[in-house]
Amino acid sequence: MSGEPVPLYGLVGEFVEADEAVAMARQLHADGFHAFDVYSPVPLGEMEELLPRRPRRALALIMFAAAIAGLALGFFMQYAIAVGGYPLNIGGRPLNSWPAFIPSAWEICALFVVYIGFVAFLAYCRLPLLYHPIFNAPRFERASQDRTFLCVEARDPRFDADRMAALFREHRAARIAEVSE
Amino acid sequence: MAATAETAPSDLVIGPEQNYLTVSEQLSDLVLVQPTPLWWYGGMAISSLLFLWLVVAAGYLFYFGVGVWGVDIPVAWGWALANYVWWIGIASGGTFISSLFYIVGADWRNGVNRFAESLTLFAAAAAGLMPIFHLGRQGLFYWLFPYPSVMGIWPQFRSPLLWDFFALLCYVLNSIVFWYIGLIPDCATLRDRATTRRTQIFYGILALGWRGSARHWRNFKIVYLVMAGFMAPMVVSVHSIVGLDFAAGIAAGWHSTQWPPYFFIGALYSGWAATLVLMIPIRRLYRLERIVTERHIEVISKLMLATGLMLAYCYAMEAFQPFYRGDAAEKNAFTYAVFGAQAGSFWVRNTFNIFLPQLLWFPAIRRSKPILVLLSLGIVFGMWFERFNFVVTALAHDYIPSEWGNFSATIWDEGILYGSIGLVFVGFFLFVRLLPVVSIFELREVLRRKGQE
Repeated sequence: MSGEPVPLYGLVGEFVEADEAVAMARQLHADGFHAFDVYSPVPLGEMEELLPRRPRRALALIMFAAAIAGLALGFFMQYAIAVGGYPLNIGGRPLNSWPAFIPSAWEICALFVVYIGFVAFLAYCRLPLLYHPIFNAPRFERASQDRTFLCVEARDPRFDADRMAALFREHRAARIAEVSE
Repeated sequence: MAATAETAPSDLVIGPEQNYLTVSEQLSDLVLVQPTPLWWYGGMAISSLLFLWLVVAAGYLFYFGVGVWGVDIPVAWGWALANYVWWIGIASGGTFISSLFYIVGADWRNGVNRFAESLTLFAAAAAGLMPIFHLGRQGLFYWLFPYPSVMGIWPQFRSPLLWDFFALLCYVLNSIVFWYIGLIPDCATLRDRATTRRTQIFYGILALGWRGSARHWRNFKIVYLVMAGFMAPMVVSVHSIVGLDFAAGIAAGWHSTQWPPYFFIGALYSGWAATLVLMIPIRRLYRLERIVTERHIEVISKLMLATGLMLAYCYAMEAFQPFYRGDAAEKNAFTYAVFGAQAGSFWVRNTFNIFLPQLLWFPAIRRSKPILVLLSLGIVFGMWFERFNFVVTALAHDYIPSEWGNFSATIWDEGILYGSIGLVFVGFFLFVRLLPVVSIFELREVLRRKGQE
C-alpha cells in the first residue's frame, strides 16, 4: 500500500461458535454500542432483540400496504374499464359486477406484495452493493459457510481498539483482525 | 408382502455426520468443482433436440395457423389446452411445497424446495406458452393486456379466461422472485467458494453483495415469510381459476362447480410426482443421499398417496354428478368419455392416477426408488391423459347430436407437447449445472436446530 493511510473500518473477530458472537453482541449492546454487526452463515434468531425494531416492522407494513394497494388498484382498474371504458351487457348483469373482479384483483394484489416486498427488502438491506469494507476481513469467505464474524465499527464513539481486542479474546474469538475501509 | 424388507424408516432429514462446512462444500462443489458429468451432456443433448422440435413446431404453427393441429369444430380446444392445464398443474406442486410447508415449519421441506421451485419456474414458462400458441393470431396476444388502445376496446373482466391471463402472468412473475430471493444467500456461498475470476463475478452479481449480516437475515426472514404466505393461497387460486375456465363454459360435462378443487388436487398430485421423477435420479447422480434422505422421499410419496385418494374422490364425484342431476346431455357426455372414441385416455388416467398408486400403501414400494420413479412417471402421464380427456370429450359430445365430432391429433400437436417437455428439461439441466440443487443455507439452519454445527 502506498499513498495516504487507509482509514480503519473496524475490528473484526472470527468465531467458531455462533453463540459466542451473540454473547459478545449482547454485551456490546448492553454497553451502548450501536455500530456493530454480526455476519453469519445462518439467520441467528437471537440477534433480533439487539437490532432496531423499526426496519422489521416497516417491511411488514410496506408489504401490507402493497397488498391493499394492489387489491384496490386491481379492483378499480376493472371497475373503471367495465363501467366507464367499455360497458358491455353480459347476461343482464350490472356493469359493476364486482364478484367477477375479485380473482384478478387478488392476483394483482399478490404481484404487488411480492415485487414491492422484494424491492423494499433490497432497499432495507442496502443491496445490491458492489463494495463493502467487511469483505476485506481475512477469511471472510467463511462467513457464508461455517464461521460467524462480528465487526465493531470504528465510527462508534465508544470504539477503542485495545478494549475491543480484549473483549474479543474474552469471548474466545478464533482470530481478530483490523479491517480498513 | 412388505414385511420382509421392513426396516425402520429413517426419520432423519439430514445425515448425522453433516455440519455447516460439509453441506456448503458438497453442494457448491457440485457446481463449482465437479467437471460436467457425462449424463449431463447426454440429457442436455436430448432435451435440446426436443426443444428444437418445439421451435420448429411453433414456427410452423405461426406460419400456417392453428389449422395444422387436430382442432376443429366442435373440438376447438385440443392438446394445447390439455398441455396448458397439465404444465400449470406441475408448476403448482413446487410452489406449494415451498410456501405452505415453509409456513407450517416442516423441516423436510428444506431438502426438496429448491428442486420443486425450479421445476415450477420452467413448467410455468411452458404453460404460459400454450395459450399463446392456441390463439388464432399469436402476434396479437398483447390484446389481453388492459392497455389504452386506439380502438377504445378493453378486456372483458367477467370472463374466467381473462382471470386466467392475470393469474398465470402474476404467478410466473412471482415465482421468479420467490425462487430468486431464496437463492441470494446461496449465491453468496458460491461466490465465496468460487476460485476462478469468472465464477466469482457470475455468482457475485447474483448474490447482489449479500454479506449475511444480522440485519440482512432479519429482513430476509420477514420478507420471505410474507411472500410464502401470499404464494400458498396464490397457487390455490391460480389452478382454481383454470378449473373455472371450464366451469364457466356451458359445454355438457364442463358446467359444474366441482372443477376448481378437482383441478387443484390434480395439480398438486402431478406436482409431487414430477418432483419425485426429477429428484430421485438427481439425488443418485449427485450422491446427495445424506442430504435428500429417505425421509424426504417417504414424505412426498405419502403426500402423493393422500392426494391420489382425494383425486379418486373427485373422479367418483365426476361420475356421480351427471347421473344425480339427471341431465341427458351430461349423462351422454360422461358415457362418451368412458366408453367413446377417446375412452382410452379415460382408462389410462384411472389406471395411472388411481389404481397403480395404491401400491404406495406398502412401505417396501415407497422405499424402492425405481418403482417409485415409475409410479410417479405414470402419474405425470396419467395426469396429462386426464386433462386431455376432460378437454376433448365434453366438446366432442355436446348438447346437440348434430354437432358431435371427434378429435385426432396431428404431428404438430405432438411437436408442441414433446417440445415443451424439452423446454422444461433444458431449463432444469441448466439449473442443476449452474445453481445449488438444494438450498444450502436452509440446510445449515436445519443443522443449527439439530445442534449439528
